[in-house]
Amino acid sequence: MNATADTYVTEDGRTIGGPVMEMKNITLRFGGVTAISDISFDIREGEIRAIIGPNGAGKSSMLNVINGFYHPQEGEIWFRGEKRKPMKPYQIAQQGIARTFQNIALFKGMSTLDNIMTGRFTHMKTNMFWQAIWKGPAEREEIENREIVEHVIDFLEIQSIRKTPVGRLPYGLQKRVELGRALAAQPKLLLLDEPMAGMNVEEKEDMSRFILDVNDEFGTTIALIEHDMGVVMDISDRVVVLDYGKKIGDGTPDEVRNNQDVIDAYLGVAHD
Amino acid sequence: MSADFYYTIEVIINGLMTGVLYSLVALGFVLIFKASGVFNYAQGVMALFAALTLVGLQNGQIPFAPLINSIFGTNLSTFGWTLPTVVAIVLALGVMVLFAYLVERYILRYLVGQDPVILFMATIGLAYFMEGFGDLMWGADIKKLDVGLPQGGNVWLESATEGWAEGFYGFYIDNLDIWATFIAVVLVIGLMVFSQYTKTGRALRAVADDNQAAMSVGISLRAIWVIVWSLAGFVALVAGTMWGAKSGVQFSLSLIALKALPVLMLGGFTSIPGAIVGGMIIGVGEKLFEYSIGPMIGGATENWFAYVLALLFLVFRPQGLFGEKIIERV
Repeated sequence: MNATADTYVTEDGRTIGGPVMEMKNITLRFGGVTAISDISFDIREGEIRAIIGPNGAGKSSMLNVINGFYHPQEGEIWFRGEKRKPMKPYQIAQQGIARTFQNIALFKGMSTLDNIMTGRFTHMKTNMFWQAIWKGPAEREEIENREIVEHVIDFLEIQSIRKTPVGRLPYGLQKRVELGRALAAQPKLLLLDEPMAGMNVEEKEDMSRFILDVNDEFGTTIALIEHDMGVVMDISDRVVVLDYGKKIGDGTPDEVRNNQDVIDAYLGVAHD
Repeated sequence: MSADFYYTIEVIINGLMTGVLYSLVALGFVLIFKASGVFNYAQGVMALFAALTLVGLQNGQIPFAPLINSIFGTNLSTFGWTLPTVVAIVLALGVMVLFAYLVERYILRYLVGQDPVILFMATIGLAYFMEGFGDLMWGADIKKLDVGLPQGGNVWLESATEGWAEGFYGFYIDNLDIWATFIAVVLVIGLMVFSQYTKTGRALRAVADDNQAAMSVGISLRAIWVIVWSLAGFVALVAGTMWGAKSGVQFSLSLIALKALPVLMLGGFTSIPGAIVGGMIIGVGEKLFEYSIGPMIGGATENWFAYVLALLFLVFRPQGLFGEKIIERV
């Protein structure tokens, strides 16, 4: 596919490239239950792509398919112009896909700093021997990666909790640390599973700002799931809408807002 | 001060030193339990197997010699060389790493996500297998292990403290125990630094904390398991070597693993410092109890004291002295 032909510039001056990730006719079943049924969509380079839908629509399943926790029975996944073979989640992380979780999955006993350092795991290559003696390459690598992590910490404004075990932090900050861990990986595609779930208005505003800033400053491609319609329509470039495992809408926020199927799915429709 | 007082001190010191050896075995349990939630029943047998391998390599024993002899009617026993201790230790370490890989490849891989009790049962099976395998490979006779550490009472300490009180002939402390303590301390500090400040150490802690999240940042669970079991194998080698040098490499060594259980109940299953302190409390406790109360009730209290102490802990502080209380926000 010719990527350059698809490139366009948004109103606020960001360049959106060709597709980074293409989901083609994905079907995922759990036993007799079809969680995702024949869904296709793409995620383009540099955009913020939202996946929305009512509860049980298959949004989280879709994210788990992208990051390899689930393996679809049918369909193809194309990442950066190549068809992806079935892979383990850690291999997918090594390819440059990072994620956060709906119910925060941080390493609770570890400090904020250590949590975010684990995000650098795939970028650190020295072997066990050098690590064991902690000199030479291992020490250099540790320092280099530490700098990147400190940058992330500054960016997210969490300097004051660097040494705090994350289990003790309030919910909103934990969400931010988790975003930090994903950012530290400098991912080519960042997946956010309900980044604003359970937050108050102020925390939501902070999080929205961070998501926009990440996208703007680092050009990171972001795919996110979110329940809060207002937030989604504000920050995303394109939205795909799922309902009962099927795709019922795909387009810009305005297009989606005026799509009759989407309105029916959200407001309910009279059956006669 | 009376001689009695100094003898009590001597008992305490010797208890501490024995405790260190218990700690070494307990440490192997903690490593694996922390990273994978598996209670590895085979840890004691691993120490035995590591020690057997070390002695066998050192003496140039041909592995499986009795088996080969009985099949082919040959009369093999040794290669006829002896390996330097350092080379033998490195090779034995290699064997333990290979063992860790095989455990992951042929056991753990198929039991991912099963109940802890199923994994526990698997390690019981593993323990019996290894005991038999070690027997088959190296023979069941008691072997003398000499890794070049000084043995016997420390003469300097004994003569320096002689005459501190009337009827006191100086502290008797075994050189080997002193060395074992020193090595254990270095080992523990090394392990703690490794887990705090290196990428792999962080990955180990991450996996211990949350499997899924660890995978999502690119950590391979299988690789981590091999590393953890290798580390446990390394600790088993150290523990097996120390016990072997002290009392000969024999199959009753694997029973020491049972003493590690009360140590863990005291120290907490998830804490490295806990394993050390727990070992020392048990070591000192059982020696002191035997010294002071033992004669009144017929002796041999060392066999059960540790278990009774552990039982008391289970009643009053089930997470152990240092075990993690789960931090949960409400």
